[in-house]
Amino acid sequence: MEHIRTTKVEQVKLLDRFSTSNKSLTGTLYLTATHLLFIDSHQKETWILHHHIALVEKLALTTSGCPLVIQCKNFRIVHFIVPRERDCHDIYNSLLQLSKQAKYEDLYAFSYNPKQNDLERLRGWQLIDLAEEYKRMGVPNSNWQLSDGNREYKICETYPRELYVPRIASKPIIVGSSKFRSKGRFPVLSYYHQNKEAAICRCSQPLSGFSARCLEDEHLLQAISKANPVNRYMYVMDTRPKLNAMANRAAGKGYENEDNYSNIRFQFVGIENIHVMRSSLQKLLEVNGTKGLSVGDFYSGLESSGWLRHIKAVMDAAIFLAKAIMVENASVLVHCSDGWDRTSQVCSLGSLLLDSYYRTIKGFMVLIEKDWISFGHKFSERCGHLDGDPKEVSPVFTQFLECVWHLTEQFPQDFEFNEAFLLQIHEHIHSCQFGNFLGNCQKEREELKLKEKTYSLWPFLLDDQKKYLNPLYSSKSPKFAVLEPNTVSFNFKFWRNMYHQFDRTLHPRQSVFNIIMNMNEQNKQLEKDIKDLESKIKQRKNKQTDGILTKELLHSVHPESPTLKTSLCFKEQTLLPVNHALRTIEGSNPADNRYSEYTEEFSKSEPGVVSLEYGVARMTC
Amino acid sequence: MDEIEVSLTGSGRGPRSEVLAVGGGNSCETVRSLLPRGLLNSCPAGVASCPASSCPFRSPRWPRLTLQESVLLLGPRPTPSAMEFSELIRTGRAQAKLLRGPEVPPLHGTLCVTGHHLLLLPGPQATSDLWLLLLRSVDSIEKRVSGDSGTITLRCKDLRVLQLDIEGVEATRDIARSIEALSSLESVITSFPFFYRPKGLRLGDAWHFHPPERYYKRVARETNAWRLSEVNEDFSLCPSYPRAVIVPRAVDDDALARCARFRQGGRFPVLSYHHAPSGTVLLRSSQPLTGPQKRHCAEDEELLWAVLAGARPGARGFILDTRSAQAAKQARVTGGGTEARAAYPGWKRLHRPLERGRPLQESFVRLVEACGYLEQSTDCWRSRLEACHWLGHVKEALSTACLAAQAMEREGACVLVHGAEGTDSTLLVTSLAQLILDPSSRTVAGFQELVEREWIQAGHPFQLRCAHSAFSHARPKHEAPTFLLFLDCVWQLGRQFPLSLEFGEGLLLALFEHAYASPFGTFLCSSEKERCLCEVRTRTHSLWSGLNQPKEQRKLRNPLYVPSPLAIWPSVEPQSLRLWQGLFLRWTRPNLQR
Repeated sequence: MEHIRTTKVEQVKLLDRFSTSNKSLTGTLYLTATHLLFIDSHQKETWILHHHIALVEKLALTTSGCPLVIQCKNFRIVHFIVPRERDCHDIYNSLLQLSKQAKYEDLYAFSYNPKQNDLERLRGWQLIDLAEEYKRMGVPNSNWQLSDGNREYKICETYPRELYVPRIASKPIIVGSSKFRSKGRFPVLSYYHQNKEAAICRCSQPLSGFSARCLEDEHLLQAISKANPVNRYMYVMDTRPKLNAMANRAAGKGYENEDNYSNIRFQFVGIENIHVMRSSLQKLLEVNGTKGLSVGDFYSGLESSGWLRHIKAVMDAAIFLAKAIMVENASVLVHCSDGWDRTSQVCSLGSLLLDSYYRTIKGFMVLIEKDWISFGHKFSERCGHLDGDPKEVSPVFTQFLECVWHLTEQFPQDFEFNEAFLLQIHEHIHSCQFGNFLGNCQKEREELKLKEKTYSLWPFLLDDQKKYLNPLYSSKSPKFAVLEPNTVSFNFKFWRNMYHQFDRTLHPRQSVFNIIMNMNEQNKQLEKDIKDLESKIKQRKNKQTDGILTKELLHSVHPESPTLKTSLCFKEQTLLPVNHALRTIEGSNPADNRYSEYTEEFSKSEPGVVSLEYGVARMTC
Repeated sequence: MDEIEVSLTGSGRGPRSEVLAVGGGNSCETVRSLLPRGLLNSCPAGVASCPASSCPFRSPRWPRLTLQESVLLLGPRPTPSAMEFSELIRTGRAQAKLLRGPEVPPLHGTLCVTGHHLLLLPGPQATSDLWLLLLRSVDSIEKRVSGDSGTITLRCKDLRVLQLDIEGVEATRDIARSIEALSSLESVITSFPFFYRPKGLRLGDAWHFHPPERYYKRVARETNAWRLSEVNEDFSLCPSYPRAVIVPRAVDDDALARCARFRQGGRFPVLSYHHAPSGTVLLRSSQPLTGPQKRHCAEDEELLWAVLAGARPGARGFILDTRSAQAAKQARVTGGGTEARAAYPGWKRLHRPLERGRPLQESFVRLVEACGYLEQSTDCWRSRLEACHWLGHVKEALSTACLAAQAMEREGACVLVHGAEGTDSTLLVTSLAQLILDPSSRTVAGFQELVEREWIQAGHPFQLRCAHSAFSHARPKHEAPTFLLFLDCVWQLGRQFPLSLEFGEGLLLALFEHAYASPFGTFLCSSEKERCLCEVRTRTHSLWSGLNQPKEQRKLRNPLYVPSPLAIWPSVEPQSLRLWQGLFLRWTRPNLQR
């Protein structure tokens, strides 16, 4: 609280992000300990969490006031004009302080209180149980076992305590291998495919340099391939571009030499590093934030940002992995440099392609817990939770979510969750409202006592499950129904709902999704009605002495009543909220759309004409 | 040369040029002899003999033809008695294998060329039925010969690419030549619609579904300021307008005649749409012929003044010129121009340049080219998409239409749209604006009426614009995919408002196909006058009757449609526009799962 000097500023203008004619809403700006709140004259509220703020800029003073631009990690961009420079300066300084905390303990999660008791909190944390998940995959079994080597984080600090390794790999071999791997991240099991008896394993790059070898590491890899009874050779996927991997050799790191390892097939897949990804996203955001963007500039900007090319690279790697297991029955070992960014992307996406469980709401949570949180993806550094090195920030997890979104677009019936679920998760990796994504590895999280001091996100998402259900999902597909996405470049589309989530005017005006959800609800209600009525008939029947008559009645009514009622119901009900006063649909409004910003032209000769602007943006947190 | 006027009636002026040798004497004889009788029997199923007994020129008032028009109707080399389809067919049949893309198994069988079709009769053990392709839908043909077999690649106007592997070098050459000759016949009355007699449809049906008179009745119910004028009954005032048009009640036919002389092609301002909720109207016309001397036309000024007076007290008007201010000014040099501000009080001019003609056609060609290279290019897809500017045209067209609609709905202003000729981008803007504002045009029947009224009857020269699609090697003369651009814009509307259109993508795709090549007569010719001359209405079937059969209807409807009386305002930001994959990638994109 000591950072807040001004808590309320009146007569602040919120500019339309894309308008070229300075269209704006006037309202009051409030600064709280956790949020920045803007309430406009229509009483619409815009809430911005301090932790979501990526960048605050104070632009040069103009005649109408001092412009303040806030860019958020969830891709919201707001442009305020504060009438007095002094107020603007105060808010600017406060936000600078509040958005970059130095200590974990100052993050929102440590003060967030959803009014749950300790038992509920604990139950929330126990919702996702990874031991249970490995059991579901079918490990431990005759080939794979739980290793207690890392129980005290002695072998690798950034790995979880419980790791699964081939049964024939002894502890000395594991320890020896971990010394030969960057950050001690030796090869361990990430996913076990029960049908194919093949495994996805993950690790970091070997410290091979130009000639170094490690017998234990070679043994461990051999143990992994032996743990696969069907196929003797295994793939080793280096997810980096070959050039990057070669450069690492000079620093004593590098990649596996195929001559030293028996039965491996080595493969580069060429996903760029976190720095390339960060600047690619930056370019993308610059392009789509342009005012009065032309179609040509949009597409050339999209192309030159390279963003969708990177998404495709991640997807291609995951497809390669899934194919190795499905077609060749081979186990795969995946690594990059440290094995926590690209490796997490490829392993988790590969598992998602192979196993339909991960395409359910609960399964997707498990997948994130397993391949991202427990294996030490550095969420706090990559999302910039604390005031740290900006070079460590990178949208690696965002890319994973985008890949999943592309899959949901190509396979609309195979996912239990919808786009809103992905967006909500993305919201919370940055919000610091829940403990799940704080810290960079399990060890750190235990030290922070997150399970005692903060809440887990997953139970809250499950409670809200209805919002995240995909109405087209068909749950009947078998467990190992593999997805084979097509990666022709036109299938990679700009994810408007992510990068323009808060720019309501850019979105389609009617949602098929909502209407299907409504219909589903109605159907459920009707089915319930039918059951009620049937039970009523039964009750009557029991009461009546003459049973034969009612039996006939029941049979004649039953077959036709459901359809009849459904159709009636749809005719009576308008499925859309419509506003007749405006004569437009769902708030679609010419004033919102900036067809040409022509209002000046209209009113030039006759200043009396006021153009009707209902410019309302429903912004929700 | 267009000035040479020809009359096909016996009572008209005598023959003056070589072409007239055709028309000389009894016109019935002439036209009858044009019909390829020799071929009738070899035409495929569904084709009956031509109703030659009916005389095509019955009406007492016959429009006079320009040379260009007569060439169009009869073909450039009108030696009718000699010209029979059988002469163009060099080889009747050959053994061939047909490849229709990666996902469809090839078809083996006997290939036949008939007057209007390419047929493939599968061998005895094949399970599939006869395969049939309308020759008119072939856009370009390419043949390669190697050893004792050849390959013909047919690129169709609906963007399909077919490959025929044919046994025998000579057969390949002959078939290629036959297809080439038959697919490029320019004569209208020998085209397939004149022979197409499908079962279950009656000739003459559905032609009178959407006459302007019916629309006028609707307008008349709502307002008293307009009347139906038959001043163009014989097409003498404006060859590209229909016989009846809706004009301000206060303007009489003589004034209209003078107005017509002041507008290019005689296209004087007529009512396109009456927006009842705000009491405003949408008009369309062609450019005024002000010329370098800045001519005036009092009747034209009165007409526009009467529009404002009839709308509501104090109404204003906007003239939406679909050219840039610069281009409109330059048009004066060639006799065109734009309305002078002082002469039209209450009207204000806005310029919204829309691309037309060759740049539009080139954009289309480049887009289709880019879509054909999907497999090879992995990285530069978006650059290619950008380079062809197609979506830019979509954005411009939509936002101009939105502007017109916004002026009517929100500013309560009347809008007159014109470019130069008023037959292309003008129609694009007026028809889209109606779709945005008018809920009845968003139904299946309403949309058909809109296409009929605002495109076909309004004189969009389909015959010229859709002569070739994106694959033709010939230098484009009059080709432009304006109608396709309209369909794309409608598709974008449907994507942004998935519940608001009663029809689905299927109807748009069907209209695209039929506009370029069709067994129906609806899109034949370039104006009502030409359709009258060819007797399209009595001798061909209407596309609408084909589409309105119950089994077709099911495919064209949008199951999510919820009627709503409201306007639909689309977003025109680049992020909101998508490539219409269902059309441009229809044949190349691998079938997405489910």
